[in-house]
Amino acid sequence: MSLLSVRNVHKHFGGLHALRGVSLDLEEGETVAIIGPNGAGKTTLFNLISCEDSPDEGEIWLDGRRIDGLPPHLAAARGLARTFQNGRVFGNLTVLENVLLGAHTRLRGLTDPGTRPAGAVFSALREIVLGIVQPRRFRELEAELTAEALEILSIFGDRLIPRFHQPAYSLSYANRRRTELARALALRPRVLLLDEPTAGMNPTETDEMTEVILKLQRQGQSMLLIEHKLEMVMAVAHRVVALDAGEVLVSGPPEQVRSDPRLIEAYVGKTADTAPAGAAAAGGTRFGASAALTAEV
Amino acid sequence: MLDQWINGLVIGNLYMLTAIGITQIYGVAGVVNFAHGSIYMFGAYIGWMAITWWGWPLLPAITLVLAGSALLGLLLERVAVRPFARQGSTILLLTTIAAGLILDNAAQVIWGPQTQALRNPLPHWHFRLGNSTVTLLDLFILACGVGTALLLHLFLYRSRAGWAVRATAQDREAALQMGIDAGRVSRLSFALAGAFAGLSGLLVGLYFSNIYPMMGASATLKGTTAALLGGLGNVPGAILGAYVLGIVEAFSVEWLGASYRNLVAVVLLIAVLLLKPRGLLAPRRALNPEPTAGTFIPHGRPLRFPRWAAPAAAAAAFALPLALANPYPLQVLAIGWAFALMAVSLNLISGTTGQISLGHAGFVTLGAYASAIFTSRLDLPFAASLVISPVIAAAIGVLLCYPALRLRGQYLAIATLGLGEAISLIALNWDAVTLGPLGISNIRPPDFFGYELVSPAAQYLLALAILLAGVWIVHRLGRSHLGRALRAVREDEVAARAFGVGLSRYKSIAFGVSAFLAALAGVLLAHSYSYIAPDTFTFALSIQVLTMMILGGRDNIAGAVLGAVLLIALPESIRFLGEYRFILYGLLLIVMLRFRPYGLLNART
Repeated sequence: MSLLSVRNVHKHFGGLHALRGVSLDLEEGETVAIIGPNGAGKTTLFNLISCEDSPDEGEIWLDGRRIDGLPPHLAAARGLARTFQNGRVFGNLTVLENVLLGAHTRLRGLTDPGTRPAGAVFSALREIVLGIVQPRRFRELEAELTAEALEILSIFGDRLIPRFHQPAYSLSYANRRRTELARALALRPRVLLLDEPTAGMNPTETDEMTEVILKLQRQGQSMLLIEHKLEMVMAVAHRVVALDAGEVLVSGPPEQVRSDPRLIEAYVGKTADTAPAGAAAAGGTRFGASAALTAEV
Repeated sequence: MLDQWINGLVIGNLYMLTAIGITQIYGVAGVVNFAHGSIYMFGAYIGWMAITWWGWPLLPAITLVLAGSALLGLLLERVAVRPFARQGSTILLLTTIAAGLILDNAAQVIWGPQTQALRNPLPHWHFRLGNSTVTLLDLFILACGVGTALLLHLFLYRSRAGWAVRATAQDREAALQMGIDAGRVSRLSFALAGAFAGLSGLLVGLYFSNIYPMMGASATLKGTTAALLGGLGNVPGAILGAYVLGIVEAFSVEWLGASYRNLVAVVLLIAVLLLKPRGLLAPRRALNPEPTAGTFIPHGRPLRFPRWAAPAAAAAAFALPLALANPYPLQVLAIGWAFALMAVSLNLISGTTGQISLGHAGFVTLGAYASAIFTSRLDLPFAASLVISPVIAAAIGVLLCYPALRLRGQYLAIATLGLGEAISLIALNWDAVTLGPLGISNIRPPDFFGYELVSPAAQYLLALAILLAGVWIVHRLGRSHLGRALRAVREDEVAARAFGVGLSRYKSIAFGVSAFLAALAGVLLAHSYSYIAPDTFTFALSIQVLTMMILGGRDNIAGAVLGAVLLIALPESIRFLGEYRFILYGLLLIVMLRFRPYGLLNART
């Protein structure tokens, strides 16, 4: 069985049928990129997988356990970590605190939510008492996590390390996105969900982010990625799933998906002459007109 | 039967006049206007002056009321809303509360705190309808209500200005870009809403034949309930909500008794917040759109003090009784320490976790009553009660708040206000346990193993020791992983939740610890006042504590203590300030939020 398995999910928003029976699988250690024009349902799919929202139909499985319909904080405890499309760091927390918060679910014996109400009350009371008393075991755990957080920050070279005591709102946009990724990594996720990790970044920053993602890949991190920049998708993805109008249009190895005529049609429309399609097929780095538009930020 | 329907319709009409204003203002300014009841009260007083002092007939008096309260609405917009429009809706909530506080207490200074009789100048005609009587005033109120609703409808849907108002309410940014003068729309809405509120105040005064400076509080509560029933921002909904509230109230007063009138409204308020927070007419809700990057509100960082500063301050405070011959400052400061404990505890909810609580007085009441009952009626020793009462109060507090904790921002604030009111109304109505409106008197002074702490110095030291224990708890929590999790909830609930911070759990933790500490302050005060009643700790106290916290600086423990000491000690030491104390609080809140929103002990970053 796959690490993550999305089976035939549907989602409606009022009259809009945002997802119509999407299925996809992610194997251990694999990087899968989800592409598609704006409004294809990519972020909706991400919200369902991260349990931010629940599907109207269909199932989502992680590690052999069904997760759809779980509250998001329990999905996180199962090993799902995500970044957000526009970046959602905790502005008044420092960079280090942001990353440490990412490790929240790993504070074993502290933050485990009890199951039944009585258990939940008991575990919350224990968490308060431990928070006040701060026994040695607890301080050691914090120290370990802090060391690890700094290690995670160091994968971005000297972008974040010199700023780890600054509040996140004082960071540049690209640094906020990096902080967000670092926070997600601190969860030690089984599956890392990256929603446009390079949106709004310039070419240098994009290349740096690509390197980071490749490095995570080498470390065996399983990733699901939404991305518009095709160069990056080509560089990192093992497989590509193209969504259009809430359905899987094409999926397969990047090279194969890139040249699929159905995809080009989805981006530039049916009546397009061969010029943009030709450009893409001729080994250009972009799909066509609209992909190029979103790529040239 | 018929009686209740007529009653309900008349009262419903009165509520409608406030509710449509509240809902309209929410539409254009995004805030539940907590000063609405104060404009309503001013309207009543303007009409009272015109009728009683100057002997004006009703219609000119109403014209004057409409004009006067419209002006007041404009003034409110200019002073308490416009300068804060960019600071977000929770800040606006605080500034309108502050404005209300100022207006209510100004009325007390101008016209005196006593109830004034308001004679109805209409002829006392009445006729019978079945078994019930309908007076000319009833018909007049119905006509005013229906007429206003019709005029408002014509304005909103048939005039260009009304079109602009509706557009602004739907999407302010888009309206601005289309060339709509949003400032004008806002002023127009506040003027209209003010005029309706004033009219409503006068009519209520005529209906019950009396007016008093604090009459606005219940109007705000009822108007907000009606507006929430209809869905905030929805004018036809508010009209429906007002009639529903009026009729439900009329029937429950008949069945349960008049003292339940307000409790029924509060229960309805809480029920709608929990079950249908978007109102009875609302469609199913969709996901909130993702915020765009860069919408952070910087909080300010705590000023740095040397390490020895806190222990030195504590030692100085402990040594103070040795240096003072006069017991009076010690008495004042003992009260100050209790308030500091409240401010510190509120700081955990509002400063650290970012949730506005307007019901903090409820927790204090719970603690005070629990201890009064345990020690006076069950003869438990004070030392035992000091531990048990706050635990019980915290348990009840969290249990009550828990269902409301999934609400956000203003909705949670209003729910906490409702819960705080509910707690004091239960104390009022549960005679068997709380002795009802009489309150509990002869509460013993604090004692430990037979030693009574009667001297001011002893009570001062006890309050100080308990405050320091509370400060230590909140300080430790704030520096632990819990502090990080609570701050994450404050910064971004969606992101916090996505990283395993369950919102209900962590908000409950914040509310639980906070309720425990607030209740501890309640125990102290109950035994130091020796008497408590359902109205000892009111909404005004919740606001007072909120002001202390904001004065000192959000998420800043030392700041909360400093704010409390300043606000308790200043009015005591400067005599003439006593009478103007609440006006001072209101002004201070507005001035601080305008010019130093991060508080005295936080620095801008």
